[in-house]
Amino acid sequence: MRTVNQKAWWLVLPVVLLVAFNAVIPLMAVVNYSVQETFGNNEFFFEGVRWFQQVMQSARFREALGRQIAFTGIVLAIQIPLGVAIALAMPHKGWGVSVCLVLMAMPLLIPYNVVGAMWNIFALPDIGLMGWGLNRIGIDFNYTRQPVAAWVTLVAMDVWHWTSLVVLLAYAGLSAIPDAYYQAARIDGASRWAIFRHIQLPKLKHVLLIAVLLRFMDSFMIYTEAVVLTGGGPGNATTLLSIDLVKIALGQFDLGPAAAMSLIYFLIILLLSWLFYTVMTKDDAER
Amino acid sequence: MKRLTWLVPTLYIVFLLLPIYWLLNMSFKNTNEILGGFTLWPHKFTLDNYAKILTDRTWYMGYVNSITYVLLNTVISVTVALPAAYAFSRYRFLGDKHLFFWLLTNRMAPPAVFALPFFQLYSSLGLFDTHIAVALAHCLFNIPLAVWILEGFMSGVPRELDETAFVDGYPFWRFFVKIFLPTIAAGVGVAAFFCFMFSWVELLLAKTLTSVDAKPIAATMTRTASTSGYELGLLAAAGALTIVPGAVVIWFVRNYIAKGFALGRV
Repeated sequence: MRTVNQKAWWLVLPVVLLVAFNAVIPLMAVVNYSVQETFGNNEFFFEGVRWFQQVMQSARFREALGRQIAFTGIVLAIQIPLGVAIALAMPHKGWGVSVCLVLMAMPLLIPYNVVGAMWNIFALPDIGLMGWGLNRIGIDFNYTRQPVAAWVTLVAMDVWHWTSLVVLLAYAGLSAIPDAYYQAARIDGASRWAIFRHIQLPKLKHVLLIAVLLRFMDSFMIYTEAVVLTGGGPGNATTLLSIDLVKIALGQFDLGPAAAMSLIYFLIILLLSWLFYTVMTKDDAER
Repeated sequence: MKRLTWLVPTLYIVFLLLPIYWLLNMSFKNTNEILGGFTLWPHKFTLDNYAKILTDRTWYMGYVNSITYVLLNTVISVTVALPAAYAFSRYRFLGDKHLFFWLLTNRMAPPAVFALPFFQLYSSLGLFDTHIAVALAHCLFNIPLAVWILEGFMSGVPRELDETAFVDGYPFWRFFVKIFLPTIAAGVGVAAFFCFMFSWVELLLAKTLTSVDAKPIAATMTRTASTSGYELGLLAAAGALTIVPGAVVIWFVRNYIAKGFALGRV
């Protein structure tokens, strides 16, 4: 049991100060912009909730949000089962473990824009291996012109980039299961599926929640890779929320609507993450 | 069935390596060969792209800048996260749960939301275009992560260790540095790895906060793509070189990586 000690605040203070400096001041600036109108020259006029109404009612925002939800949904639906399947098939001991872990972690350490640039070249129909290969076997594939091809490339890129995170988490969860569990299952003559369903899956529950939480947050915030890969195109086909946001804020310099949109965006992530977090900690308390 | 399980990770690794192979393939070609047609391997093998990057100051300084702010950020994040993680793992205090969740929310803030205010904040402090600005800005998401990972590792250490040391008359800081830190050395390594990783791959904030003196390599690449035509070979070589520091770091932490990804809380 942890002891009550209010002096512990002194230990936390440096963290609080540093994070607050980075989080609270910029957040207040965003809140400030979201309720004001400016015509330049540092003159600001109070606008109340007008920008929020404008953003909520705009079809553009709803479309971008729809695309964002679709992207996150597809990506989670592929990465989580795939990651668990790969973790289950990985070797448990010997040199194979290190080789697998090191190679699989590679995509995680490549700067986001390099990931985008890499896939941009890789999927080109004339000089990219993937685009060339698909056209060679008779599939008409050009992600700069076909929305469907752009989506396929975007999802493939994210699966390539992030599935390893799920694999590593699931692998860590699996290697924490004591051998005695498997021995007991063998004595009972349990099938492969029964072992997965009744031993591995319950033990994986906790790490999978972390995986879902991290993948949800990061795929909802995806910006650099997608912008470098497709630039939101063709047309607006792959304009996800953050891409649209940066277009409005830095492209058109509409600070008010951009700030209002930022806050709505942040609140959506916060709300959903809070739900995940509550489920996670509730699970902890029950154990 | 059992014999074929090795196929799954193997196929996955092949899938992971294909785009990387393609990048390397490009980086050893000259622009003519790249644009001239489709070739599975470089027919006129050249190291010119790499030579240009390693001799041109505007190019290689990009790597120096990136590594500088990444290391600064890693040191700052882990140093301040250590006592905080200890507090969360050992004590209960007013608002501890809320504080922990508030820290995590900063991991959820989309950098796109914060780009402009960050630029204004750091400009007004006169820190624009310095390494320390990027290092501090990346603390926004790296400190919460470091606290989360370290707290997990620390909670795995029995409390009796602390109690025995205090009974023996160790002052807090001496105990922390001499006894506690070596016990959770693996956790510190994993936390540092994650800070390195997320600071190294982030570009939006790093690009917003720099112009010349502290420009990250990733930003140098975007400039090249737009101004000097479309030098794909050069771009590919620069991209391939950004994989190197990450690969080196992974190799060092390969034995702890699985545990670290579980944030020590499995």
